[in-house]
Amino acid sequence: MTVLARAIDATRRYGDVLALDRVSLDIRAGELIGLLGPNGAGKSTLINLFVGLRRPTSGTMELLGGSPSDPAVRRSIGVTPQETGLPESLRVGEIVDFVSAHFPERYGTAELLARFGLGDLVKRQVGGLSGGQKRRLAVALAFAGRPRLVFLDEPTTGLDVEARRTLWEGIRSFHADGGTVVLTSHYLEEIEALAQRVVVIGLGRVLADGTVQAVRDVVGVRRVSFAAPAVPDLPSIMRSSVEDGRVHLLTTDSDLLVTELVRAGTAFADLEVRPTSLEEAFITITSKEEARA
Amino acid sequence: MPNLILTHTRYQFLEQLRVPIALVASAFFPAAAMLAFVVPFAGADPASATQATAGMMLFGAMSAALIGLSISVAQDREQPWDPYLRTLPAGPLPRFGGRIVTTMASMLLSVVPVLLISAFLTAAAVSPLRLALGIGALLVGSVPFMLMGLFIGYAVSPKAAIAVSQVTYFPIAALGGLLMPLEVMPSFVQSLAPFVPSRGAIELMWAAVAGRTPSPVSLAAFAAWIILAAAAATWAYRRDEGRRFS
Repeated sequence: MTVLARAIDATRRYGDVLALDRVSLDIRAGELIGLLGPNGAGKSTLINLFVGLRRPTSGTMELLGGSPSDPAVRRSIGVTPQETGLPESLRVGEIVDFVSAHFPERYGTAELLARFGLGDLVKRQVGGLSGGQKRRLAVALAFAGRPRLVFLDEPTTGLDVEARRTLWEGIRSFHADGGTVVLTSHYLEEIEALAQRVVVIGLGRVLADGTVQAVRDVVGVRRVSFAAPAVPDLPSIMRSSVEDGRVHLLTTDSDLLVTELVRAGTAFADLEVRPTSLEEAFITITSKEEARA
Repeated sequence: MPNLILTHTRYQFLEQLRVPIALVASAFFPAAAMLAFVVPFAGADPASATQATAGMMLFGAMSAALIGLSISVAQDREQPWDPYLRTLPAGPLPRFGGRIVTTMASMLLSVVPVLLISAFLTAAAVSPLRLALGIGALLVGSVPFMLMGLFIGYAVSPKAAIAVSQVTYFPIAALGGLLMPLEVMPSFVQSLAPFVPSRGAIELMWAAVAGRTPSPVSLAAFAAWIILAAAAATWAYRRDEGRRFS
């Protein structure tokens, strides 16, 4: 498959902060990729490098066979602005006209707005739109130039369930027509609903890259904790730590772990099993990465 | 590419027109300076009133270009919309072009009160042709200041832009002889004057409205300033990566 965009050993620093650490990633034509990671993980920085907004401190970014900093190659991509930044004094139609004018191929303003359920709002000033309407307008702008590849940064944040599903339909139909999508979200549900390939980013690195199922397994980790003097040695333990006399174990199969624990005759008290949140799973994975580094 | 300059100009215009108070503000300053300095001191003599009016027009234009443009560029860079615009397939040219044309338009509006005051309250006299030439010279003369405004706006924060542009504005205007005739200035000012961009600009205007012969040194320095400021503005634009929002 054709590679539309590629990061090769891309590192980006902001002063002392290492936002991206030698990331290599291929985005192939026709993929629908979800970038998943906690805030500050480096998702936005990675997208900013792909769209030419920032340059890597070291390493290389390729976009459609050229450099993201060349305006000509950016004719085939679409990006969502942050909805909080839309120019308030302009009308919806004026903004769409302005953005569309940059692209050789484009949807008509009316058609684009209709696709995103904004058809009635052409004449409205952006300042008077609701948060959800602004968000939909921002996502619509990414598609204004009939792009081959779109980067959608948190496309549905702040939308109600119905609007979110409508937007998902729009993204799916773009993808079904051959479009390539890179989207970020911190909703696992959204990534599951849309993406085929999931790239987990944490501490500026790619921690996992695979199918939705593979990443679900990473996130489907449970935490089993109890009071005990030492960490038992059991096969189903992914990771362990001791804190204030309590043993914390991470496992993908808590039932099996507890069974093993009982069979091994380990003395324990005050057993607790709970799901790890997405955030927690990332912290665990990333702290392991940190320990390794 | 010219289409994109138009697109950006239209967009800048729409934004500006919806906040008309900014236009009123930019028209007020040169008009007030005209009433305070030109009408009482140079108003009686036709030649000096005409040249002083040209000086005030340029003084106002410099303010719009250097101070107005640098602050509005620096403020826009603080908004998340600005990084989005950078992802669109356009380089610095359409954005610079749109900004410059829009600022020129508001500059022309700000010149109207100055011209009215000059016509009714001073002895200044100029033929319609020379007036048109003078306005053309004003537009050309404002170019290096526009580019300097863009450079400052892309290089520093809004607060710094206010300070840097003002600190640049007054000395350049004074050194070029816009505020007081060069003849009454200290000799080191007179020796520096040909090399500041405001001198070439005012000599262009005087050539247009009064047929004076401009100094070749000032015109060469003026051209050099345009090239230098254009390079600096492009450099600052490319180097700028905007504020971090996430």
